[in-house]
Amino acid sequence: MQKIRKKLHWFDLVLIILLAGFFGYIWFQIEGKLKYNWRWEVIPYYMFRFDEEKGRWVANILVQGLITTIRISVYASILAVILGTVLGLARCAKNLAVRMIARTYLEFLRNIPPLVVIFIFFFFLSEQLVVAFNIEGWARGIARQENNEVWEFFFGDMRRFPSMISGVIVLALFESAFVGEIVRAGIESIDRGQREAARSLGMSWYSETRYIILPQALRRVLPPLANQFISLIKDSSIISLISVQELTYKTTEIVSSSRMIFEAWITTAGLYFALCFSLSLLFRYLESASKSDKAKA
Amino acid sequence: MEEAPAVIEIQNLDKFFGKFQALNDVSLKVRSGERVVICGPSGSGKSTLIRCINRLEEHSAGRLVVDGIELDDETKNVRAVRMEVGMVFQQFNLFPHLTVLENLTVGPMRVRKISRKEAEARARKFLERVHIPEQAEKYPAQLSGGQQQRVAIARSLCMEPRIMLFDEPTSALDPEMINEVLDVMVELAESGMTMICVTHEMGFARKVADMMVFMEEGRIIESAPPGEFFSSPRSDRCRMFLDQILEH
Repeated sequence: MQKIRKKLHWFDLVLIILLAGFFGYIWFQIEGKLKYNWRWEVIPYYMFRFDEEKGRWVANILVQGLITTIRISVYASILAVILGTVLGLARCAKNLAVRMIARTYLEFLRNIPPLVVIFIFFFFLSEQLVVAFNIEGWARGIARQENNEVWEFFFGDMRRFPSMISGVIVLALFESAFVGEIVRAGIESIDRGQREAARSLGMSWYSETRYIILPQALRRVLPPLANQFISLIKDSSIISLISVQELTYKTTEIVSSSRMIFEAWITTAGLYFALCFSLSLLFRYLESASKSDKAKA
Repeated sequence: MEEAPAVIEIQNLDKFFGKFQALNDVSLKVRSGERVVICGPSGSGKSTLIRCINRLEEHSAGRLVVDGIELDDETKNVRAVRMEVGMVFQQFNLFPHLTVLENLTVGPMRVRKISRKEAEARARKFLERVHIPEQAEKYPAQLSGGQQQRVAIARSLCMEPRIMLFDEPTSALDPEMINEVLDVMVELAESGMTMICVTHEMGFARKVADMMVFMEEGRIIESAPPGEFFSSPRSDRCRMFLDQILEH
């Protein structure tokens, strides 16, 4: 392998100067021509504010949005892994009908823009599912209760529960197609001998899958799965369009009321970046930890 | 010698892979307690034949009855046969994500539905029998090839099968590890287990086999007791094959 240079070369300096010039130009355009009025000092207020009634600092719009984004991402990831595993297994099934259904589902979701998928499913979910199970009434009932802290901790404002649950489901449906492909690749990467050994012990399809194939397959696809979770967080911004009050939605609210276009969006970009990047660092750490575990073994 | 009942009855078995005929009208009867060694050049259908016995391959035509159960499309029958027939593979096929002990208990617990405690006691007993009781907590990758293959034998024995199939169990091993595996197999043979072994280890075959089977191009060319088989093979092909592998 070629040695990586640590010292700056003259060419690196040229690159840095060119980049600085480029950003300087954009800065000049914003400052000089747009006459943009920067108001960074207001941003902290949009993150946390002092609640006079409660006498303590509470999350304000942006952080509320961030928390909702995290909640939705966690639930959608869990649901997507469950659906995706079923889908991955169905893609490897012996039965042709099962394989075809899985394939159709996957190809539909993979070849339609997520936004369109979300509008279609959301209409169905909010008009049919939420009404059929009376989720609205149930959630309002909880919202009116005295001790609803536990519910609020997990789901935020319960009055917003119906739209949130619809958002989680559409996001999970969309991501499950990709998780399904990852799981299928994992299952197919397992040596045929593993199945044969399990079968020769007399194991049923269920035992073979549950105790022998899936544990190995899922362990193997953990890195691409982690990537998919990060994609999911980013994709979650789309569901702002169906009025789920997550980070992107909250930011549009701030922008339309205060006109702080750059400050608000740059802050939001920073929040998404911090969330996704720390997650990818975490996964990288976990991966290297499990690798050194194996090296010991 | 009194005639023990046949536990495996193979009648006119054919097996096709696409257009390629891997087995051609194979018939074989194995009695309880009998040790059969199958040899032959590679591609002669030896492995395919024993893989049909626990239906890792489906036969195309003919009849196959194992322990009184006919092997057909009935899933129930297939599983019932597999519970009575243990198999040891060339590549060991241990479960790499489970410890040695878990490799041995997963079958009895999930298939025979016995308790963990009972399964572990049984597993330790069989690890003792293959002479590696001290390796129970390790993972397969931490063991040598010979140890891994002995774990694989113990894993099959934990299901308490009536028949054991060996598919070239020593072919993937370094030479110095072959004997430790063969010793275990000899001990197993002496305990009265019904065994079918595909192997080129002729020393082992002479020691334990009741019957030698020679296969070529999907057919059984010759089957005879080992004394007769090694001293005066009837067919030229079999003689040539034996000359080749016994030369060294």
